[in-house]
Amino acid sequence: MVYKKRKDGRKFDEARKIEAKVGVVKRADGSASFRFGNTWAVAAVYGPRELYPRFLQDPSKGLLRCNYNMMPFSSRGERVRPGGSRRSKEISMVTQKALLPVLNLDEYPNAVVDVFIELPETEAGSRTAGINAASMALADAGLLMKDLVSSVSVGRVDDKIVVDLDYAEESYDDGPVADIPIAILPKSGNVSLLQMDGLVSKDQLKEAVELGKKACAKIYEIQKKALKEKYNVKGDGQ
Amino acid sequence: MSKLLVKEKEIVVPGEVLAEGMDNLPGIGTYRQGEEILAGRLGLTYIDGRTIKLIPLSGKYAPKRNDTIICKVIDINFSGWRVDTNSAYSAMLSMKDGTSAYIQKGADLTQYYALGDYVVAKIVNVTSQKLIDVTMKGPGLHKLKGGRIIQVSCHKVPRIIGKQGSMVSMIKQATGCRVSVGQNGLVWIQGEPDKELLVENTIRKIEEESHLAGLTDRIQKFLEKETGAKLDVSKSSQAPPSPAGGRPKSYAASVRQGDNHGL
Repeated sequence: MVYKKRKDGRKFDEARKIEAKVGVVKRADGSASFRFGNTWAVAAVYGPRELYPRFLQDPSKGLLRCNYNMMPFSSRGERVRPGGSRRSKEISMVTQKALLPVLNLDEYPNAVVDVFIELPETEAGSRTAGINAASMALADAGLLMKDLVSSVSVGRVDDKIVVDLDYAEESYDDGPVADIPIAILPKSGNVSLLQMDGLVSKDQLKEAVELGKKACAKIYEIQKKALKEKYNVKGDGQ
Repeated sequence: MSKLLVKEKEIVVPGEVLAEGMDNLPGIGTYRQGEEILAGRLGLTYIDGRTIKLIPLSGKYAPKRNDTIICKVIDINFSGWRVDTNSAYSAMLSMKDGTSAYIQKGADLTQYYALGDYVVAKIVNVTSQKLIDVTMKGPGLHKLKGGRIIQVSCHKVPRIIGKQGSMVSMIKQATGCRVSVGQNGLVWIQGEPDKELLVENTIRKIEEESHLAGLTDRIQKFLEKETGAKLDVSKSSQAPPSPAGGRPKSYAASVRQGDNHGL
């Protein structure tokens, strides 16, 4: 009963300041950056392109390959060792699984779509920022998609259900904490990512997911706006 | 009650609802879910009677039959040449389609097309598994010697070619360069080095400003300023086909791409 007010003054159902931009990596086929406060993800999409090694090729559909990477200087001063880790491998996998339901890769047999998610700055919620950026980058790359994917982390801090936990809340000492990253397909409301770390009751989880859905709806509007901004440049609007 | 929720030439993102009810039909780039028609990709809406279509604005080149493309020879095998098409799939140029010359068994195929050579070829077939066959037999299809290749977005190719090839022939007239525009987004330029550069800059300008009205006029002014010579546009549109063979292709391309982008 002690967590009355969030440290940065946000409301309990309020996400950190969000910034989204599309087309940040000019050489990539599609790219986007997404920011939740101090968590910053940049995603670049390459492909569809030829897939090697050949044994990975699937003649019935294309493959989606995601790579999540925290930059060495991205964390809190302790250098993040470059290269893959157990953690980054897991996050790459859940990102791929979160994005796959919206993609239609039937048109690209034997090919691959590569998504590279780099995080120059992280302070909790990095996988959700990565998914948001990647979903915009995939749309920017002109791939066939049913929908976008919006993602946010929800959770509980002490007795409160909160949206978009920052690092201070994730490591809150004076009571139980649960961190629940979720990803939503905004059109259908389907959930494509749901992970949980911490302690949470069934009712709290339900409440948290409902709150997350609402937060994702707001994020979806921001993603949509960013995508339209890139193409709706000055002039006669086409 | 059917309702159209978007205007013509509106940018939509995947999953956006374009229309409700059964009176409209989902066209290319869209899909139906229950009563609604939704966007299946990022694109520009184009309403064709009752059908709602999406014109792609970005993305890699998707090989299509009868497209004239510029490709690079990447491999040579028993039956011909494998060429890169600037898409996710490479194409096969068979010995029969590559040249009409008699090729003896075991002959050295590099004397026709060597590794790294660029050719203007036409796609004859694309299978469901995206096996592509190209041919060199046809008007304007030839091997490219010298010059330079630049890469542009394949969605801007109709802008670079212009209506009935007006834009590309204007560039050719102003710079005296030979220019071939492949539908896969590769452009070949050959001429004086500084003029080649001017063509490249002009094409980059077209790419950047393709969405703005009055493109042809602005490009004409730009070329006149750069070359310091007045351009006679009426003459350029009647210019004879260049030896590079750009004209028949560009003509076909501009007719096929039509006025979909409506500038």
